[in-house]
Amino acid sequence: MIEYLPNILFFILLLTSSCLFFRNLNRIRRNIFLGKDLDRNDQRSLRWKNMIRVALGQSKMVSRPIAGTLHVIVYVGFILINIELLEIILDGLTGKHRLFAPYLGSIYSFLIAVFEVLAFLVLVAVFFFWTRRNVLKIKRFLKDEMKGWPKLDADIILYFEVVLMLLFLSMNATDSILQDLDPTNYIKAGSFPISQFIAPLFEGISIENLRILERSFWWIHISGIFIFMNYLYYSKHLHILLAFPNTFYANLNSKGKFKVDVNIKNEVQSMMDPSFLIPEGKNTVPDKFGASDVFDLNWVQLMNAYSCTECGRCTSVCPANITGKKLSPRKIMMDTRDRLEEVGENLNSNKGVFKLDQKQLLNDYVSPEELWACTSCNACVEACPIEIDPLSIIMDMRQYLVMEQSAAPAELNSMMGNIENNGAPWPFSNQDRLQWADE
Amino acid sequence: MLNVPTLAKLQAEGKKPNVVFWVGCAGSFDDRAKKITKAFVKILNQTGTSFAVLGAEETCTGDPAKRAGNEFLFQMQALQNITTLNSYDVTKIVTTCPHCFNTLKNEYPELGGNYNVMHHTQFLKQLLKEETLTIEGGKFKGKRITFHDPCYLGRANNVYEAPRELIQKLDAELVEMKSCKSKGLCCGAGGAQMFKDAEAGDKEVNIERTEEALKTKPDIIAAACPFCNTMMTDGIKNKAQEGNTQVMDVAELIATANDL
Repeated sequence: MIEYLPNILFFILLLTSSCLFFRNLNRIRRNIFLGKDLDRNDQRSLRWKNMIRVALGQSKMVSRPIAGTLHVIVYVGFILINIELLEIILDGLTGKHRLFAPYLGSIYSFLIAVFEVLAFLVLVAVFFFWTRRNVLKIKRFLKDEMKGWPKLDADIILYFEVVLMLLFLSMNATDSILQDLDPTNYIKAGSFPISQFIAPLFEGISIENLRILERSFWWIHISGIFIFMNYLYYSKHLHILLAFPNTFYANLNSKGKFKVDVNIKNEVQSMMDPSFLIPEGKNTVPDKFGASDVFDLNWVQLMNAYSCTECGRCTSVCPANITGKKLSPRKIMMDTRDRLEEVGENLNSNKGVFKLDQKQLLNDYVSPEELWACTSCNACVEACPIEIDPLSIIMDMRQYLVMEQSAAPAELNSMMGNIENNGAPWPFSNQDRLQWADE
Repeated sequence: MLNVPTLAKLQAEGKKPNVVFWVGCAGSFDDRAKKITKAFVKILNQTGTSFAVLGAEETCTGDPAKRAGNEFLFQMQALQNITTLNSYDVTKIVTTCPHCFNTLKNEYPELGGNYNVMHHTQFLKQLLKEETLTIEGGKFKGKRITFHDPCYLGRANNVYEAPRELIQKLDAELVEMKSCKSKGLCCGAGGAQMFKDAEAGDKEVNIERTEEALKTKPDIIAAACPFCNTMMTDGIKNKAQEGNTQVMDVAELIATANDL
């Protein structure tokens, strides 16, 4: 029985961390669906293609070649090393070391070599990422909204990756030595182009101690992965999962096409023409125009908020932000997520029923000053590597300010007054529209 | 003398134009933009294009109201315009304003207004392709021209090449700014910003964009939007570069090249 203790322990660890992970994932799902309905199930083949190109193919990442290339390395490393993770988990459950080796033969050696090279490249890429954030101090990583936890969060993720890769390589290094010293327990398999350089560190250590070391690395590595998996929920790193649905359900229309609320068409028509009768059952004016809180946004906008990695490409191209205004599209996404998580916590502690908290996204998180600085130029939407749409949130909140609170800046009120009275944003008579032809 | 028939007049004569020229509020009332309107009409007249304007029957598309958040006012404008356009059985529209272009093209269909909408640079490119329009290169030979992408033409509707193809016909040197095409920087006018003061910051957006444009050492900054034109012209004045750099619409470039 005692010989199975590690397997049982591992099983418990796997089960606990998976349960935690799926519980948290479920909470995210619940929070996302607090948003309004939006049908994005049309053009499915185009959506699949878009997801494959943008999320799987990283097509938008590489528009910035340095960050893009580094990211592709970490991304490919992450995906491929996860294949090895399958073997590591089976090792934990069955106690059988290098389970796939006998079936794969020389391909196995090749794969292990590839994983090692990738692990090394990931380390190099992570080093550059860390340098960009902490030494080169690239501007977009140092904006106001990045102070405190967001900065720490970004660094923690990098440290996680370093530790995991080093453990993976150390595990292989000790394993490769044991393959020679202890062939009954450690079958000869794999090739170790990178860890061979670490191996000398472990030479001269007794077989007993090497076994302990190898198992320790193995346990810390897999535990680290489980911790990281559960850290995701608290971090900005959910994009590794959500980038896929996020690009699948992205807006496929022209970026200039803003949402047209066809529900109010009848109401508008009856206002313009008193003889127009609203067809029965067709008067569907919403209870509230626009958005003042996360409940007023649609589920895709809320998923956008969870998907955001806070890379700040949006903010770095925002004309308002570049010229020193308060608006930062990244902050809009971070605020939306923070408010949504606050609502989520509220639900968790009140048995799933939202208890009014006298707070909302508008004012408590996002100020009107930020919203009015937007030029609706779509640069943020274009820049996002996973097609997040901060502009749609800004526009929904503007709509709330104008239609529910009549809180537009005074100049915009006079512009709108002009349109209403004489059909142009300036106070000219509509009868003079053709005067230019005679001038 | 410009020949600018209205739809009402043509209808009274029992005629129907091939295309409606949507002039837009800026093109009708703004002194700088009126010059663009006239330049475009001169080209339409020269090429013998069958067109008409709505004149006093045209009214704001509702774009600035919509971007400011007033969906109601937007729809009032839209429904009014759609009623007018549909009463004339309009099928094809060309406009010199990317904001009108975007709204008519993308936001009117759901409200019952379905038209084939073109920006004037697309329209002129088509005339060029049909060989109805020829562009004389001489006047701009050797000049450096940089093109400022209007957000509502470029990013919003993926039209990047039409204006560039036209500029290239001028025998001029087309130089690109650091951020151009899908990465083009806004002039600062969109989203109803044109009609209000900017929020507190270190700089005006149009100054930032003008500085980018001036880095290409251009003789001419080509624009394709009346609002961008205003913003860039103001920027050039602010930088006291009026003597060296002109801001011109693509239609004005072609009208000038063709001595119209």
